[in-house]
Amino acid sequence: MHDKNSSNTANFSSNSNATKVQLHINKTTLHLHVMPWVSLLDAIRDHGKLTGTKKGCDHGQCGACTVICDGKRILSCLTLAVMKDGSEITTIEGIANGEVLHPLQTAFIEHDAFQCGYCTPGQICSAIAMLEEGKADTRDEVKEQMSGNLCRCGANTNIIDAIMEFKDKRNE
Amino acid sequence: MKISKQIGKSVNRLEGHLKVTGAAKYAGEYDVPGLLQGYIVNSTITKGKILEIDESAAHALSGVVAIFSHNNRTKLPWFDIMYADMDAPPGTPFKPFYNDQILYNGQPIALVVAETFETARYAATLIKVTYDEEPFETELAAHLDDARDPKKGIATFIKPLPPSANGDFEKAYNDADVQYAGEFIHGTEHHNPLELFTTTTVYEGDGKLTVYDKTQGTSNCQIYIANVFGLHYKDVRILSPFVGGAFGSGLRPQYQLFLCVMASLELKRNVRVTMDRAQMFTFGHRPQTIQKTRFGATADGTVTAINHTAIAETSQHEDYTEVVVNWANMLYPAKNTLLDYKLVPLDVFSPMDMRAPGGSTGLHAIEATMDALSYILKVDPMELRLLNYAERDVSANKPFSSKELKQCYLQGAEKFGWANRKSEPRTTRRGNRLVGTGMSSGIWDVIALPAKAKASINKKGKLKVKSAVTDIGTGTLTVMTQIAADSLGIHIDDVTFEYGDSNMPLSPIQGGSYTTGVVGSAVKAACESLKKKIFKKAKKMNNSTFNSVALEDVVFEDGSMHLKQDKSNFVTFKEIIADNDGKKIKASKNNIPNVLKLKQYTRAAHSAAFVEVEVDEQLGIVNVTRAVTAVAAGKIINPKTARSQILGGMIWGISKALREETLMDHNLGKYMNTDLGEYHIPVHADIHELDVIFVDEKDDIINELGSKGVGEIGLASMAPAIANAIYHATGKRVNKFPIHFDQLL
Amino acid sequence: MNNFTYQKVSNPNDALNKISKNNAANFIAGGTNLIDLWKYNLAHPKTLVDINGLNDYKAIKEDDHGGLFLGALATNSDTAYHKLVEERYPLLSKAILAGASAQIRNSASNGGNLLQRTRCYYFYDASSPCNKRNPGSGCPAKNGLNRIHAILGTSEDCIAVFPSDMCIALAALEAVVHVKSPDGEREIEFSNFHRLPGDTPELDNNLKENELITGISLPSEGFAENYSYLKLRDRNSYAFALVSVATGMVLENNKITKIRIALGGIAHKPWRVVAAEEFLVDKSPTEENFASAANMILKGAKGFGKNDFKIELSKRAIVRNCIMALDPESQRPGAQPSL
Repeated sequence: MHDKNSSNTANFSSNSNATKVQLHINKTTLHLHVMPWVSLLDAIRDHGKLTGTKKGCDHGQCGACTVICDGKRILSCLTLAVMKDGSEITTIEGIANGEVLHPLQTAFIEHDAFQCGYCTPGQICSAIAMLEEGKADTRDEVKEQMSGNLCRCGANTNIIDAIMEFKDKRNE
Repeated sequence: MKISKQIGKSVNRLEGHLKVTGAAKYAGEYDVPGLLQGYIVNSTITKGKILEIDESAAHALSGVVAIFSHNNRTKLPWFDIMYADMDAPPGTPFKPFYNDQILYNGQPIALVVAETFETARYAATLIKVTYDEEPFETELAAHLDDARDPKKGIATFIKPLPPSANGDFEKAYNDADVQYAGEFIHGTEHHNPLELFTTTTVYEGDGKLTVYDKTQGTSNCQIYIANVFGLHYKDVRILSPFVGGAFGSGLRPQYQLFLCVMASLELKRNVRVTMDRAQMFTFGHRPQTIQKTRFGATADGTVTAINHTAIAETSQHEDYTEVVVNWANMLYPAKNTLLDYKLVPLDVFSPMDMRAPGGSTGLHAIEATMDALSYILKVDPMELRLLNYAERDVSANKPFSSKELKQCYLQGAEKFGWANRKSEPRTTRRGNRLVGTGMSSGIWDVIALPAKAKASINKKGKLKVKSAVTDIGTGTLTVMTQIAADSLGIHIDDVTFEYGDSNMPLSPIQGGSYTTGVVGSAVKAACESLKKKIFKKAKKMNNSTFNSVALEDVVFEDGSMHLKQDKSNFVTFKEIIADNDGKKIKASKNNIPNVLKLKQYTRAAHSAAFVEVEVDEQLGIVNVTRAVTAVAAGKIINPKTARSQILGGMIWGISKALREETLMDHNLGKYMNTDLGEYHIPVHADIHELDVIFVDEKDDIINELGSKGVGEIGLASMAPAIANAIYHATGKRVNKFPIHFDQLL
Repeated sequence: MNNFTYQKVSNPNDALNKISKNNAANFIAGGTNLIDLWKYNLAHPKTLVDINGLNDYKAIKEDDHGGLFLGALATNSDTAYHKLVEERYPLLSKAILAGASAQIRNSASNGGNLLQRTRCYYFYDASSPCNKRNPGSGCPAKNGLNRIHAILGTSEDCIAVFPSDMCIALAALEAVVHVKSPDGEREIEFSNFHRLPGDTPELDNNLKENELITGISLPSEGFAENYSYLKLRDRNSYAFALVSVATGMVLENNKITKIRIALGGIAHKPWRVVAAEEFLVDKSPTEENFASAANMILKGAKGFGKNDFKIELSKRAIVRNCIMALDPESQRPGAQPSL
């Protein structure tokens, strides 16, 4: 887990009130000094330089900032980095296995399940965690369980097609 | 091995890998050293004057670097023309921080620049502003008597005013066997792309800037910034490789660009300014519009009289217009018409093109009126359209360059199962739900504009094509690459399309569904020009068998050039360039449309949407359970990405008909649901079975590719078809969008 | 948006000490509402006391009275999908799953759900007048955009609604809220937990400033056979209720022996009318009887123009939901109406 070489220290504030926070992101430990009011999203994007996680509203109303934290999909905009000290976090950058895409990523490409691509990281992280939760079986249930991820381009049917295809293959 | 043609092939998006792995970088994601963060402060009054801006508490905060407002802004030009962008309507463009006047609620009035985003955001809340408030007017319905003709300007070239009256409408309407008159009310909508508007300005020194901006036009922003800040064009480089949706909101440079560049120039630092979601409601929007229709027809269903009027809001400073009322007579060849479009200036920001501007508004009125007529006439709604099919555009007295709308009707109806429909409303039930079906025609202009592209091929046989155009999620990168591959006769993997950079050849702003046709034609032209140069070089080669032949006698294929008559007689591009001492061969082409030829035709894409809705009879809840849209848009370059464009348009239609609306409190003069929790765009659970058909359509007139563009046409026909289906399900005709379920109780 | 200090606590007394010594300190659990309010410059905590380390309050377990105790710090998701909740209190499970999104439910705590603030547009805009946010400044909703506002229990000062789904089910289940303060522990009946606005709209509930919610207990009756939650809103998911209804009933020989009906989206607190529930006892579960009860529940309802429709809609929603409760299988994902 703790790979020294890939450890990354970002000292973002000279202020002595900054708190030391360790985030285990995509199997790399990120050592941060952040002020308590820095959201997990801003910590990941600005301090961790992982900009794959998107900020679409910053108020928990679009799902673009979805990450998988300690096995659960959450909105990184509605939590603070200090609250997640020590957590295991998977962002979109950690979904593929090196150069090998996750099958859901491949399904997204094949189904043209994105246009502008801005909601895509959140959709993919959300869908992977949703399938782990195991609470959605039918297409209607998947649509309901994925409704926390908005898509403004209108790729909705392609997104659900991609998820259903991956889900069905996974169950085979 | 023969390379298959790329045009017409469902090529996966070339940037797909970057987008599914999070590697695609958007304007606010460039990591530059020493970056300062800006946060914008907006007016909380609707009209009046700023008396004082108290910045003391904000300045006292550690980490605040500077605060800008009209009090200390950069010296700016005062000529309006210097602020006019490519999409500026007639009037006076908005000038951020120009003076103490407040023109609308949410107007940017200060910018805090700090060492961190969080500090800038906090400091912005500490700025205390005192105002002298003035009375304001924001409600269109209360000011219909003030409606006036729009001012004319350059925009009128792309957005023509209504054609003059034909025949004698009043007489024809009064004499008609059947009549329908309706009033149609559309509220305000905001684009709300998922990516927030953001600019990262890299201060390069010596008056040079590199700017990463969320925009639909890199050249447009380059010209704007150079003009406003008195910089040389070549010193301002605007980059916009990935754009997280725009839908028209990026057609004009937005104020965060201005503020970010100003701060960067003043502070000589790298600066980023990002809007928050509420600020995404403080610039252009789809305007409130109130329409009236009166259509008359003979007993056999011939529409004889069309009256369509629209009154839309605009700002006090610009006359933003849309093409709302011009469509009916393009679709239905009535001899007596009266079309009118007027504006009411209100204390709001200038409206702005939003996906299918005007068309999606006007077609609702037109197609709901046609639908209503069909029930009065007891004629099938599609049959009524076929009865009134325009083989020629009588409104302009021109032929269509191509028009396969009839096939859209027929193929769409077939796929949808329209023939099984019961004609009477309220006749089909499923459990608690009433089921209804409705259809609508769609039409959208094909616009031709000049654009430039450059093409070059290197010693490895790799083709590079460049244009300043953006890809806002439409698939432009992929489509241009396909066009380039086929134009030169080369494998798609050997083509790189570079874009989203104002240093590249000039492209118009990306909008109006014209990018594929306009930029694609330029790409094709540049490749054709490159072919000529390759051919010339080939002729000069030792022992060349091409010495005595003309360009027409050779075929460019498989990365090589061969004689038409003799495939075995070929030379590869690599060999030609090797012979050219390994030097690249380059070509550049400014593709200018043949306006004289184009003017002889009405050029439009068409569609027909067929929709089934279920309406819970007791509770009013509406679901679009399935829909088919058949589209005639000329040559479809990439069926996969084009289908996605149409699906997106259909979902926008669902949203327009049933979901989204910006709510203004007219007592406060302020939009109140300025977030994605209360501004409802559809969620996955709202979207059911959608299908798309592309009808074959050949068009040799419109452009080199015969391609019409598919960005808006999917939306144009969808929303009216939903309203019509709701009528069929419930017997209630609701002419106000969005149709909330409580209107159906 | 202001700066604040942050402390983690691992025992309840420590938590209570921290909060009682600092009157601008707030507890933070899931944070899904508090962080949002802070970002809108509506909440201004000086200190955040992170109570996620209070592991005693995370459990969901059977109590000594045949009921179930839901720890205040259990997440909404863990509660909704808990085996005992799904089996014995499926109404609660359905209501929770109708709220927000899966991501938010994964973070949001049960205690926090009770303390959600209204989604009134004017409350949420720091620059608008609002009596709840800034007492005495006025209520623009009354003559403004009030389609989403209350029709029952309103006051001159405030017509905001309470946005929770979970709490509507808790009201129907007659849950009890357990709280702890330096003075000891107390229990608050659910019907007394949230307040009507009256002339103190700034107060959403009767929790005291030095109190911490430790859990929610559910009585033994969970209406596991006949229950339904219906949520009517402007899209099929991820939106707040315009009207929601929680119904739990017990039937014997096709007669109602016990029924609870609670409404959301129409008042400043979950809305129940005991007389209407009593009216239905010993009656047959028919549309007519439910319609009569609905009229009783909506008695005195008053619209403000744009929300007038909620009166009729609420009545119809009550009838439909009670019918749905007869066949809980008719419920659909997202608490949408039965087909």
